[in-house]
Amino acid sequence: MWRSILAFGKSLLDSLRDLAPIILVIAFFQLVVLQQPIPNLAGLLGGTLLVTLGLTFFIYGLNMGLFPIGESMAQAFSQKGSIFWLLLFAFTLGFSTTIAEPALIAVAEEASEVAAEGGMIEASEQAMHSYATGLRLTVAFSVGLAIVIGVMRILKGWPIHYLIIGGYACITIMTAFAPRSIIGIAYDSGGVTTSTITVPLVTALGVGLASSIQGRNPMIDGFGLIAFASLTPMIFVMGYGMII
Amino acid sequence: MEWLASLLDTLLATLRDVFPIAAVIFGFQLLILRRPIPNLRRTLFGFFYVLLGLSLFLQGLEQALFPLGRLMAEQLTHPEFLADETTGLLQATHWMDYYWVYIFALAIGFSTTVAEPSLIAVAIKANQVSGGAIGVWGLRIAVAIGVAVGISLGTWRIVTGYPLHYFIITGYIFVIFQTFYAPRIIVPLAYDSGGVTTSTVTVPLVAALGLGLAESVPGRSPLLDGFGLIAFASLCPIISVMAYAQISEYRSKRSARKKA
Repeated sequence: MWRSILAFGKSLLDSLRDLAPIILVIAFFQLVVLQQPIPNLAGLLGGTLLVTLGLTFFIYGLNMGLFPIGESMAQAFSQKGSIFWLLLFAFTLGFSTTIAEPALIAVAEEASEVAAEGGMIEASEQAMHSYATGLRLTVAFSVGLAIVIGVMRILKGWPIHYLIIGGYACITIMTAFAPRSIIGIAYDSGGVTTSTITVPLVTALGVGLASSIQGRNPMIDGFGLIAFASLTPMIFVMGYGMII
Repeated sequence: MEWLASLLDTLLATLRDVFPIAAVIFGFQLLILRRPIPNLRRTLFGFFYVLLGLSLFLQGLEQALFPLGRLMAEQLTHPEFLADETTGLLQATHWMDYYWVYIFALAIGFSTTVAEPSLIAVAIKANQVSGGAIGVWGLRIAVAIGVAVGISLGTWRIVTGYPLHYFIITGYIFVIFQTFYAPRIIVPLAYDSGGVTTSTVTVPLVAALGLGLAESVPGRSPLLDGFGLIAFASLCPIISVMAYAQISEYRSKRSARKKA
């Protein structure tokens, strides 16, 4: 009992140390640069306490739930030996986690405003809504596809940099042809798709697969799924902007 | 009471985000793999902790740090702050006048990345897999430096108005060259670290900074120029993580040579 309380206290301290830089930065800019008092100090301290507790629980749960299940599923799939189901799982995981991602919803709405202002679509609410929904589906599809490509790469043992460099080349060529207003959003969309729950799960899946297949190194082959998931949305969003 | 209600809201929103993931995992486990989940109780508790932790985390950020951070981004980019103190005239036409913005971008990029939960997750995993060769803190600091440099470069771009794709494509060329010289073992992890840096903590603050800056700099439109900071924040860590590996390889080689 005492031991687990002690362990919890220790991880609480770790989380506090992780958060200390943000608190210092905000305090410095508020007090020294902007020279204003900190508004609602009690609320700020309460919020910081919540953040610290939250981070502690999250890391606890990560090691108990998300990491083990990601790895055990990867092992189960490689024992089952059905590539079709593994790839379908990879696609569904990528698609379903992205379609509901709040950051993506926000970006899609902004993109529809840009498109309406640029005269690419009608400035009516309906046209903007359908544009935003189409964009969300496109990005979710591209993330699903990215995880599929990434899993294929682990299975076949392809070197990652050829695929990534190919992707970069594709983005560079498309940038020349895509409408200028979509480029910023497209580049940003690569970063917003991977959420806090998806990342540990997908990482565990990749590492689990690479360690259960003979001849694969979990360090060299296990990582890289997220890299694909942040690359393909850029290509697909620019493609979407070119077609519509 | 109000506080509790908003916590409940966050919990429900997180539940909605987690639900599709849980459905996919349990659906495949039970229907396709057809085997019971190992340590079911422990796994469910783990999921519950992740859910609870993320909700508390988001609620706390929303309550404490985000409003202040957003306000700060607005104030630092506001013409009044940039106006000359003695004359009171707005003089911020030279890119140098925005120096506090660049410093803020640097500091906030570094500090939010250090606290980013998904980066902590990847760093823990990389440390386990590499048998301790890649340090949790080493990786996190390397990524945080990348994000910090990336975001302040991004704010400078918004101020000066150079096209985004010049920067990004130059970055790509740099990454490609570096890939061939960096230790092979770090390359996939470096590519990954571009995507993990930008989630819960960094995106909301950085987006506010970009939009605020694009609104206040004369001649910039928030819709066209406000974007791009996240792109910088996902590109620069790739470079900094590979550089971190290159530097540690160089140092270990040098000390090996000294011993010999």
